[in-house]
Amino acid sequence: MSSGAAPAVPLARRLVDEPLVLAYFIAALTYLAVTLLAGLLMALQLVQANPLAGLEIFSPGRWRMVHTNGAAYGFIANAFLGALHWAVPRLMLRPVLSRPLSWFIFVAWQGVVIATVIGLLAGQAQAVEWGETPTWIDPLALAGLALVAINFIPPIVSKAGALYVSAWYFLAAFVWTFLTYAMGNFLPQYFIPGTGGGAIIGLFIHDLVGLFVTPLGWGLMYYFVPIILRRPMWSHALSLVGFWGLAFFYPLTGIHHFLYTPIPMFLQYGAVVSTIAVEFVVLTVIINFLGTVWDRPWVAWQNLPLRWFFTGIINYGVTCAQCALQTTLTFQQLIHFSDWVVGHAHLVMLGVFGFWLLGIMIYLIPRLVRRDWYSKRLNEWHYGLTVAGMTLMFFDLLFAGIAQGVSWGSLQIWEDSLAISLPFWWVRVLAGLMIIAGQICFFVNVYLTLRTGTAQTEELVAHA
Amino acid sequence: MFESRTGILLIAGLGFFALAFLSNGLVPILMYRDMPEQTAEEVVNRHLLIQFDDLRSRYPEGFAKLVRHLGHDPEAKPTPESDRQLAAETLRYARKLYIGEACWHCHSQFVRPVSNESRRWGPVAKSWEYQNELQRPVLFGTRRVGPDLSREGGRRSNDWHAVHFFKPTSLVEESVMPEYPWFFDGDPNHPNERGIAMIAYMQWLGSWLPHYFNNYVDPRLAEAQP
Ligand code: HEC
Repeated sequence: MSSGAAPAVPLARRLVDEPLVLAYFIAALTYLAVTLLAGLLMALQLVQANPLAGLEIFSPGRWRMVHTNGAAYGFIANAFLGALHWAVPRLMLRPVLSRPLSWFIFVAWQGVVIATVIGLLAGQAQAVEWGETPTWIDPLALAGLALVAINFIPPIVSKAGALYVSAWYFLAAFVWTFLTYAMGNFLPQYFIPGTGGGAIIGLFIHDLVGLFVTPLGWGLMYYFVPIILRRPMWSHALSLVGFWGLAFFYPLTGIHHFLYTPIPMFLQYGAVVSTIAVEFVVLTVIINFLGTVWDRPWVAWQNLPLRWFFTGIINYGVTCAQCALQTTLTFQQLIHFSDWVVGHAHLVMLGVFGFWLLGIMIYLIPRLVRRDWYSKRLNEWHYGLTVAGMTLMFFDLLFAGIAQGVSWGSLQIWEDSLAISLPFWWVRVLAGLMIIAGQICFFVNVYLTLRTGTAQTEELVAHA
Repeated sequence: MFESRTGILLIAGLGFFALAFLSNGLVPILMYRDMPEQTAEEVVNRHLLIQFDDLRSRYPEGFAKLVRHLGHDPEAKPTPESDRQLAAETLRYARKLYIGEACWHCHSQFVRPVSNESRRWGPVAKSWEYQNELQRPVLFGTRRVGPDLSREGGRRSNDWHAVHFFKPTSLVEESVMPEYPWFFDGDPNHPNERGIAMIAYMQWLGSWLPHYFNNYVDPRLAEAQP
């Protein structure tokens, strides 16, 4: 790998297919825009102000599914793939298996996502939450995930000896994502009816977060945070505890999505206990990251990518504290089915993983185009509006959920819970608009940076 | 082992995943072995057939469309067997619409044993209710913007549902449920094949229970109930 060819081009640049990384980021941001508009439509429906009411193609339910699937498979999956194409070859000092295969996967994955959106809008959804992708697309998506694994696993396993933390997470995630997708999309659809199938859907919903998004997210954090800080993680022992604890407990928690269903109670108790165990594991990971900046906390604020990362890490702590509470049966009585859970989901998908991926893009885009950001100020607005909007939405939905739960449990007529929710739902529209405004700043900045940009900076050259 | 590729691939990747699947996935499957999955034909019942008859006489044109849509002859004289078959196919069709419109993202289909839910809607959900083809994948749901629907059958009349699907706010001022004019040919008196199927599906939900609702009791008045 070392000597010989073209010494003028640094090794790292030869390893990474940089145009591909950029292409993934642009695809991710495109779907982010679609996702946000879909969310806005549903938010307006809930305040009785849907401007597109009565038009079949704009059926709010269908767009709700575009919103969640667009977020998971359009925005997050694309952004992950882009970031992995940067991080894996650089970390392992080996290229991915095949560049043509990488591009084939890129095109195929966009096909899968576009087909999903069209299928959902045509009313062909599959009744698996977070897996609504129409059934005829499922085998294609699964084949795509297999190719991703085939492309990324060779550079990681071809290295002998102990692997770095990020590589543990990536390796496991490729296996888990494939298995999770296969389990959730096929078993409850074709083989297992009713309650037994419900248990599997529960595993799927949670594994998608816990075994696909979470390990890839943490793997990337373990890669980017030490690189930007130019220092190692605080504690290797905590890294070990975090990974193995997650690997063991996370898959066992899925049934907590269906507490108080007819699923056997002893399995529900098991899921509750594992969920609380996961929170302790997660705490060790968060402590490890905070420990890494403990003596220089201001760096985590001054450096914009790091600021996104650490905001996400703090949000991760909040969601996980929330998990440990909301998984208990007592809490479930009150908050299940309510907007509390919707707020939780937004904080996880946008407030944690979305923030990390945005931070990664802010770090990488200048390095990919070898130009500095067009505007630092737009990036600050992006951060400010997004974080403020997210925080507002989170607390708004949290309180909305409690109010709804109280209304239902006290046997008020159903309309009472709607009347109570209305002000909260208006605030949610406002919060959503703030998040959208933040992303508009970002999209404009990305566009102007790609088109014009400012001169190449010394620092960037040194890092590239 | 803890930092090696084999440990990670085999123990974490495959092993722990398999462990979770066996303990949380396979156990319920084995527990419900003795409750085989019923077909849609098997879960059609008298309550549903009565509603079906009502829909036929109330909305003849829409009903004929539904029959034609399902590939049968609307002119043919209905028999108890043909009706049963037709009702089963209607349920399958309506279930697709219910999933495609994401009704299940705003309505649950199970009653919990807590939070006074059995007083609001009726008996707590039991496993056997879900062992049929129309619950594969199961439609438990995880969010309630609108009320639970697993005991909806018989609670409202067919024409109530028609007006409600056409424009929910005309019946419930605060409703945030979307309107579904594409279930109709122009006005609430003319549900098309989708509208009729969806109404029939609503009337089926919970119709397997002995106490199929005849009167909806407003929860505010339900205090007197046991
Ligand atoms: C945005 C969320 C939402 C969606 C999507 C939705 N609903 Fe509703 N639904 C509600 C709300 C809120 C109510 C309560 C107010 C009302 O009765 O309109 C309701 C009420 C109902 C009721 C009356 C229940 C009763 O007896 O009081 C039925 C039946 C119903 N919905 C069926 C459906 C069907 C079928 C679909 C899909 C075609 C659907 N809903 C889609 C929110 C929704």
